[in-house]
Amino acid sequence: MLFLFVDQEDAPMNNPTALPISIRGLTKKYGDLNALNSVDLEIKSSEFLTLLGPSGSGKTTLLMAIAGFNRPDAGSIKFGDAEMVLTPPHKRDVGMVFQSYALFPHMTVSENIGFPLKLRGLAAKEARGRVDEALATVQLSGLGDRAIDQLSGGQRQRVALARAFVFRPRILLMDEPLSALDKKLREHMQIELKQIHRQLGVTTVYVTHDQREALTMSDRIAVINHGELAQVDTPEAIYNRPKDQFVADFIGESTMLSLTRGGDGRLSFGSEIISSSSPNPSVSKWSLVVRPERLHLLERDVNTSEKQVVFRGHVKEYVFQGETGFALIALNDMTILSVRFGTGARSRIRLLELGALVSIGLMREDIILIPEEGQM
Amino acid sequence: MPVSPDIERSMLNGQELKSQKKREEWVLLGLSLPAIFVIALVVILPVGWLFYLSFVDGHGSFSLEHYQKMVEYKSYARVFIATFKVSALTTLICIVLGYPIAYFLAALPSRWSGIFMLAVLLPFWTSLLVRTYAWLVLLQRKGLLNDLAIQIGLWDSPVKLVHNMTGTLIGMAHIMLPFLVLPLYGAMKKIEPDMMQAASNLGASPVRAFGSIYLPLSISGLAAGSLIVFVLCLGFYVTPAVLGGGRVVMVATQITAILEHQFNWGAASALGVVLLLATVLALYLAGRFFKFDTALFGKR
Repeated sequence: MLFLFVDQEDAPMNNPTALPISIRGLTKKYGDLNALNSVDLEIKSSEFLTLLGPSGSGKTTLLMAIAGFNRPDAGSIKFGDAEMVLTPPHKRDVGMVFQSYALFPHMTVSENIGFPLKLRGLAAKEARGRVDEALATVQLSGLGDRAIDQLSGGQRQRVALARAFVFRPRILLMDEPLSALDKKLREHMQIELKQIHRQLGVTTVYVTHDQREALTMSDRIAVINHGELAQVDTPEAIYNRPKDQFVADFIGESTMLSLTRGGDGRLSFGSEIISSSSPNPSVSKWSLVVRPERLHLLERDVNTSEKQVVFRGHVKEYVFQGETGFALIALNDMTILSVRFGTGARSRIRLLELGALVSIGLMREDIILIPEEGQM
Repeated sequence: MPVSPDIERSMLNGQELKSQKKREEWVLLGLSLPAIFVIALVVILPVGWLFYLSFVDGHGSFSLEHYQKMVEYKSYARVFIATFKVSALTTLICIVLGYPIAYFLAALPSRWSGIFMLAVLLPFWTSLLVRTYAWLVLLQRKGLLNDLAIQIGLWDSPVKLVHNMTGTLIGMAHIMLPFLVLPLYGAMKKIEPDMMQAASNLGASPVRAFGSIYLPLSISGLAAGSLIVFVLCLGFYVTPAVLGGGRVVMVATQITAILEHQFNWGAASALGVVLLLATVLALYLAGRFFKFDTALFGKR
């Protein structure tokens, strides 16, 4: 069951207690490794921001620094106007969902969720009400007396989440909370987490290495690589307007085509003119990023026009993957283009034989140009 | 009448599979026979013999004489009380010293914890007698410890550190310490580091996080270790005999004394039986308070 209906009550709520996070010059070294290299990041109040990067990119180090579990070498972390970089973790008042959930095995579900309330000296009766409320939010009503080892993976995940927000923290941190779940449950929880975030309106920083998860859930994504932020933008902007080769390559599928620059500044691939002028004259070498799903098979052999760029090549391979598939097209210069196609009965590309000569179109508005590596 | 094909299918290889299973069960039983035999030979027989001897008087006939004496003479009760007192104190000292050691070992990165673990285990590999006599040398009137204490001005004249309760407790605690540290270390190693992070994230001060999370999660290991130490102490002979200098009389030393001076197997056996029963009772009572399965056998 997917909750795709958005209730009126679920509309974005501005939580007045939510705080913006302002990170400046945050640096952390492990030996010679720059885990974080002078990171600046502004996270807006009530925003869902995802730190996305490959393993070892520094995304978890950044999250742990916000939670207070590692001490940076330099930099500032502010919640609202308050400097937090010297504050011990137990005084930061941020909720956190751990990758392993870190539920206390010697406590029941209710005791786990009630733990932060007990620490804050809430009266038993009020605490019980808040625990029940939190259990209802994560759809675990009635399971309060269960032991942790009686829960399934998905239920543990929900308990960890409830425990992280039950004390109404101003900031919520999540470290790959869905990575231990199977694909179906993970996709279901992504939507649910998004809805809970909307309900609570709390500033949320989410860490994942799964680009699809980041695109699904985030208001903004901060792509991080080698301890530096590569791009911070909305999911659409990250996907459609990647700033560099790393972002283009890491998010979504793509083929990079090196372009040549003519004397008049025109950028072309082979004989096809891709752009009449360079987006930035100081950069000499550009690549065209081609997303496989933005390519389409042309009915007839047409020429590159003002509307679209046309590539010609031979069908080299078909791969069927269920809802879609892809074909590999070998261009004349032996570059391989991947073309995604639907697998419905009408999908013409499936009818082509291996080795057939085809024309592939790319609409001009789908053209993505990025400076070639080392050209920034 | 031919068997219907459906029934035939459902019985396919049924007999052969069944007899294969039977054969495996016999083989397993056969493999455990040597162990059963050894246990019978070295445990059940001697203990049974012990029981038998304790009910036989000097003339070879059945009697409760030995048990009667134990009830009548106050000295026996004193020996048992002393035994339990020394064992309890040793266990307490081991807990106080061992908990921080185990915590330290569990907190170290594994390449370092190996080295320090070696330091804890090293005494294990020297003879018990050697370690006990080493303490005798260290603790005596003109020993290393007294000299050092006088030199730095801790006390003025030599203090009696051995041939009394103090010496016995020092020696026993030292020898028993690894038995407490090892299961405790095991329990602490199982506590995920993010448990403490989670506690701290939820607002617990370090002291509070230790009390509400770390201690409860390590308590099964602590209980198991304490129990092992306590039970081993109950029957301890060498160290109390050497370092106690005859002033600390425990059940094991008493048994030896009875055998050496009176050659009374019956009385000695009766003491042994009562000690055994007391130990079993202690184990049973402790088992009711803690779930040892978790720490000792890794079950929940």
